[in-house]
Parts: sequence; structure tokens; C-alpha cells
Amino acid sequence: MCGIVGLFLKNPALRGSLGGYFAPMLASMGERGPDSAGIAVYEAEPQGRASRVTAFHPDAGFSWESVAAELSRRLAAEVRVVVKADHAVLEADHDVSGVTRGLTDLDPDVRVVGYGKSVAVFKDKGSVAEIVARYGVADMAGSHAIGHTRMATESDVTTGHSHPFIADDDVCLVHNGSLSNHNRLRGWLIRQGMQFETDNDTEVAARYVAHRLQQGSGLKEALEAGLRDLDGFFTFAIGTRTGFAVLRDGFACKPAVLAETGDWVAMASEFRSLAELPGVEQADIWEPEPEVVYDWTLGPGA
Amino acid sequence: MNTVDLAATGVRELNRRLQLASDDPSEQSWLVINPKGAHAVAAGLTRPVRIQIDGHVGYYCAGMNQAAAVTIDGHCGTGIAENIMSGLVRVRGNASQSAGASGHGGLLVIEGNAGPRCGISMKGVDIVVGGKTGHMSGFMAQSGNLVVCGDAGHDLGDSIYEAAIYVGGSPASLGTDCVEKDMTPKHRSLLRDLLSRAGIEIDPDRFRRFGSARKLYHFRVDHADAY
Repeated sequence: MCGIVGLFLKNPALRGSLGGYFAPMLASMGERGPDSAGIAVYEAEPQGRASRVTAFHPDAGFSWESVAAELSRRLAAEVRVVVKADHAVLEADHDVSGVTRGLTDLDPDVRVVGYGKSVAVFKDKGSVAEIVARYGVADMAGSHAIGHTRMATESDVTTGHSHPFIADDDVCLVHNGSLSNHNRLRGWLIRQGMQFETDNDTEVAARYVAHRLQQGSGLKEALEAGLRDLDGFFTFAIGTRTGFAVLRDGFACKPAVLAETGDWVAMASEFRSLAELPGVEQADIWEPEPEVVYDWTLGPGA
Repeated sequence: MNTVDLAATGVRELNRRLQLASDDPSEQSWLVINPKGAHAVAAGLTRPVRIQIDGHVGYYCAGMNQAAAVTIDGHCGTGIAENIMSGLVRVRGNASQSAGASGHGGLLVIEGNAGPRCGISMKGVDIVVGGKTGHMSGFMAQSGNLVVCGDAGHDLGDSIYEAAIYVGGSPASLGTDCVEKDMTPKHRSLLRDLLSRAGIEIDPDRFRRFGSARKLYHFRVDHADAY
């Protein structure tokens, strides 16, 4: 059992309230996943910056400011940093790979948990209520977010094994379920040139989707291909820079509820996660069908 | 009518009050507000009380029901009326997976659609679904009647024993050992009575009947491929 949630704002006027809507959704899934929790939050408008990288360091006293200053000097580019507990979000006028490589060169214990232009990722061990408070989720702004509360079943309980998993710029995935062919699929993806950080099954699903996107598929096509290649139980919520999608396997034993109004689309493992959303009384509420891709895309200019 | 605000009382207190309701006329009728998807609402009732739940509920609502009449004015999560023994459970919206699972008796009415595995391992309950059902409904159903007014998902009645399935639309496919059977006047009469008790108006003549071919009861090597 795990809990997964997603929120996609159709109405840009609500972007300042994303975290306020999202934090109680995630917090209410604590009983489904007591081991760890995590979120990926997408800023709608990257405002021309080249990269946005979220990194984690196990040392609570780690000086992100001095790392950012040194990174700025080495890259000869401006690097802005916002620290949230043991995570830091670095925005740089430099490409993603330069920033991530620069960070791990500066300190090998730095772990990059999110990268791209718009996403920020926060994930940690412990109770979701503490994690929501620690990272100030309720105050976060953005266009969409996905989140996860984990009850570990197949690999270790660490920050690295926590969801969301990121597999390419701004491509994040959360998962309730378990994949049975992840070892074989991991081997195939490695032969396609993908690199892995953990032995976790969900990372394989995330890398798979990223691989299909890199091959030129749209999000919907990538997930439809996943229905053929991924074996096991899953309900996924997926975020990209401009997209949000939900997919369940054919057996559909892992729960999911979708709700949609003119202002937002929300997904959760259980309805109680959606019960406090403003306007939910008027929402269309339904259970996503097995093996059907549900996807939404931000409008032009977002 | 007693009104209980679930957001204020919590599920344990609500269920305790419902389970301990006396024969006094003042304790026969209950309205539950603000269920907000909570689990196990009105579970384990054993007395003929009437309960209306105003909103959506989570898992196992009205589980193990005996004698009570529970109406949900909303949708419900996994396992509505799971192991129901008697009484009436009515869902005005849609039901998630495993509705009426392993129910022994009573009547479960889902006015909207039911998810996968509706009536799984049912043992005597009658289930009437106003809309469609998901895949593998009636899986290993042993006794009772499953009525689906709309279409049924794939593998209907897989490994079914002696339950009867009536479908007003069409099944996407039949599961192992499930076959179509004749609609006799006796079955049409039974179906008319069930639809009437469920309060669903639909012509019984539209329905087809499905049940067990009884080829999986005992292992026979000739049927090994079917197991």
C-alpha cells in the first residue's frame, strides 16, 4: 500500500494556492504510507532560466549558500539558491547537466533529487505530516504537483528510494503498486543508454516513460507503450513540465479517484484526500478505468 | 431523525452509537453528514435501523451489515457492504471495486456503476447494479443473484458456482466456466421481483441469464487447460 496524489490547476489564477490545496491532500494519505513521503511541484513559468535543480545533503548544517557561490564561480553563471530544511533549490543560468555535475563535484554526498526547468522535488523519510511542515508545502506555488506517501514493499527505506522519481528534465512519476518485470526492463533500459540510481521498481517505470519521451513519443503514447511493457500492479501519476497524467494497470487493484472542475483536476488513491478541495462538491468524480491514459496539458503560454 | 456530524464525532463513536441503538422509536432513524470519504462508516450493524449518509464514503461502508437499511447519497470506495448478512444497502452514486464481496444475504443496490470484481465470492446476497460493472464481476460467486442493468466488464462470472447473473446490456466477455443459460418464466419472475425491490425501472425482458457450466467443480484432466 502507498498513497499517491496529483493536482493540476487549469485556472492560472489559482497558482498561488497550489500548495495550500495540495498539502492537505498529501497529508491525508499518511496512513497509506508511513515510511517516507515526497512531492514534485511544477512552477508554471520558468521565466527564461536555464535550469532548476533540487538537491539534498544528509548534513543538516550543510552550507548551500557557499556551495552556490562556488558553483556560480566555476560555471561563470548566476546561481540562486533557496534552502528548505536539508533540500535546496538552485536556479542557474546554465544547463542542467553542468549544474548537477558541478554540485556532485563540490561534495560527493550531495544527491540531486530533481532537475529540469520548472520542477522542484522534496522527499524524505518519516511521517508525511512532518515532511509537509518541514518543507513548507502549503506555501508552495505552481501549476501542478504530484506526491507520494510510501509503505515500502520491495526496496530500502531511504530518501533515494522515496518517490517521486525523476528520470529526465521535469519528468517525475509516483507509483502505488509493484512491478514484477523491473529487473529485465532495467537491463533493457540500461542497454538503451539510461542510467539508474537505485534498485527500485518505480525508478524503472520513471526511466521507461522518460525513454519513450526521448524517443519522440508524447506523454499519452509513452504511457500506452508502458501498458504493453510494464508487468505488475500500478497506479501512476506522472508530471512533466506542461503535462499531468494518470494510468492504472489492467487488473486495477490499486485504487484511484479522479475529480475535475473548471478550475482543477485532482487525483488521489482515495476520495478522502480530495474531500477538502475547494469546489469538490461540484466536481465530476470518477474512478479511472483500467488501461486508459488520462492526461492534461497546460494551455499555450504557460 | 438523529443527525451525526462525522467530522465532529469520528467513525468509532458513530459506529458505536449505531451499533448500540435501542428499540426506542427515537433511535431508529439516523442521518450522517460530512462522511468525507471515511472508511468503515456504519459497519457492523446488527439492528433494523435506517441510516442515510449524505456524501461520499471510503472503504467497507456498511460492512457485515445485518438488518439495517443504509443509504449512501454519494459514491463509495472499495468493498461496500462487504460480507453483508441481511438488510438493505443502497448507493445512489457509483461503487468502487469488490462491492458486496462475500455477502451472505440481504440486498445491495448500486444505482450508478460498480467497479471491478462486483459480487466477488458472493454467498447469497442479491446485488442490483443500475449501470455497468467492471471486469471479473461475479468472480467465484457461490450463491445469490447479481443483476447488471447495463454492460458487464470482461471475464464476467469467472469460476462461478451456483450464483445467477442477469445482464441487461452485454458482457464484454465471459470468464472461465461461465455460460449463458435460458431465461425461463421462473427466472423472469425472480428478476422482476429483484428489480422491483431495488426500485429500478427497466424491462426484465431485456436481460440475459448467465451461470456456471459446472465443469470446474471437480478436477478433470480433460479440463486442465481451463484451470
